[in-house]
Amino acid sequence: MSTSAATAELAIQAKSAVVRSEGYWAGVWKRLKRDPVTIFCASVLLLMLLVMVFAPLIAPHDPFQGSMMRRLRPLGTEGHLLGTDELGRDMLTRLIYGGRLSWFMGIVPVALAFVIGTFLGVLAGFTGGKLNMLIMRVTDVFYAFPSVLLAVAISGALGAGILNAILALTLVFVPPIIRVAESVTTGVRNLDFVDAARASGASAFTIVRVHVLGNVLGPIFVYSTSLISVCMILASGLSFLGLGTRPPEAEWGLMLNTLRTAIYVQPWVAVLPGACIFVTSICFNLVSDGLRQAMDVKG
Amino acid sequence: MFFYLIRRLIYAVPIALAVGFVCFMLVQIAPGDPINAIVPPDAPQEVVEQIRRDYGLDKPLPIQFGLWLMKVVQGDLGRSLATGRPVWDDLHSAIGNTLMLAFAASLIGFVLGCILGGLAGTFRGSILDRLAVTTAVAGVSVPHYWLGMVLVVIFSVQLNWLPAMGAGPGGSADWAWDWEHIQHLLLPAITLSVIPMGIVTRTVRGIVAEIMNQEFVVALRGKGLTSWNVFIHVVKNAAPNALAVIGLQLGYLMGGSILVETVFSWPGTGLLLNSAIFQRDLPVLQGTILVLAMFFVALNLCVDLIQTALDPRIKRA
Repeated sequence: MSTSAATAELAIQAKSAVVRSEGYWAGVWKRLKRDPVTIFCASVLLLMLLVMVFAPLIAPHDPFQGSMMRRLRPLGTEGHLLGTDELGRDMLTRLIYGGRLSWFMGIVPVALAFVIGTFLGVLAGFTGGKLNMLIMRVTDVFYAFPSVLLAVAISGALGAGILNAILALTLVFVPPIIRVAESVTTGVRNLDFVDAARASGASAFTIVRVHVLGNVLGPIFVYSTSLISVCMILASGLSFLGLGTRPPEAEWGLMLNTLRTAIYVQPWVAVLPGACIFVTSICFNLVSDGLRQAMDVKG
Repeated sequence: MFFYLIRRLIYAVPIALAVGFVCFMLVQIAPGDPINAIVPPDAPQEVVEQIRRDYGLDKPLPIQFGLWLMKVVQGDLGRSLATGRPVWDDLHSAIGNTLMLAFAASLIGFVLGCILGGLAGTFRGSILDRLAVTTAVAGVSVPHYWLGMVLVVIFSVQLNWLPAMGAGPGGSADWAWDWEHIQHLLLPAITLSVIPMGIVTRTVRGIVAEIMNQEFVVALRGKGLTSWNVFIHVVKNAAPNALAVIGLQLGYLMGGSILVETVFSWPGTGLLLNSAIFQRDLPVLQGTILVLAMFFVALNLCVDLIQTALDPRIKRA
């Protein structure tokens, strides 16, 4: 194949890729609009996000101001719609503020793991050979730990604290993302258009940036969104164990922990933070499923 | 098959070594001098130095790892800082309890998941299918420590049917096969079973739906086999994958039961880990994690071997 022909073909390919990518996203959006479950869950998440962002305007009380006189009031108490906690702090306020930290700790580790995992996975998949061996064998080692155990082990050794928990959770989610990124990259690397690009003299960096990333980011992204719900449950779980966030901070898992003894006094107030985790995590899972279908990602 | 077995065993050795290394590093990444993980903080300076030399902590890291490994292989996981007892003494009874819990939960999750997933896969698009899919999503989305609390509120606080804490009457930590112990097992096992149930339902539904679409099923029907006989053929094809999934789940539950054990004060490895974290008892933390992770490695190996033995389609190269 002469260079000019290859360039011409590349140009056509690039052009069709541009046209297709517009059509692709329009198609994704069209399919999403026809999926009521995903739209509903996304709306719930958006609403929660807005409430948490504007917490100081919406929350009826101060999240840290308690009163010994008003401890553990039931649901529907006047002035405290969702009752009060073991230190007399307003539950509704604490749930709104608690969501900020719970969301932060559910999303940040996955986002970090997405960046690190994609980098290492694409590197391993694209270069192959010894580097691939090295990266994938190290990944195997982390697979030899159940995820909860690994998170507890690392943050248990490092000690309590938000940063340590985020570090531990990031380490938990990097290996699975590497595996997904490596497998999709290996699949793309052997396709004809990558050979064509290489034959027409594109550097490895350009091939990865233009041809590989465009094809692998979608599947990796969808897979990563499915990890957010697990991460949120794990992060709250760490706080529940006394790792992660520390009192008097408001965080759903930690609130669940401090209210644990209150289940004999005000059971329905005590289980509220967990219900928040449940609703958020199920919404993230369903949105991720919807995205997977709309973006037509296999796996 | 024999060569495959040998090959898999050899392949497991570096993994096991690396897992050991990660566990060894846990004490190294902990803030402060690793010697603090061995001696109590109020020990005099000469004693600390003596122990540092005895444990080889004045030597470079790779040699330390070698020394530590030698001890671990001989079954010496060190001593607990809090109690002074060897870590293994507390660990081996805890492992039994955790295994019991994980096994019961896997069994419940597997049976329910197979029924739900099988029905959903056979009758795709029906109400039953939707119900199964919803249950599966809820099962993997629910924070199980919270579910445990809710079950305690319903069955212990409100209805007063089942005990809320411990593994037996009077806080006994030893398992026995009687009604009272089974009562104690019920709530934690049900709580822990929701995760494998969700995952098994999803997997079995996918496998069954795929098999039902294959030509041989149509051929079997065409030959005039009853639906029961067709069902047996489907099960034969679905079993290896389903078993592999549940085998891995058992391992995940061994490690993942820490939160549920905390909620129910179940005297297993999770509770041990929890108190070790609370007291910053690093030898106990390290030993427990090591044993659980090694168990997981061994389980992975077994699942792989059993799957290969069951499924002639997998190459035993």
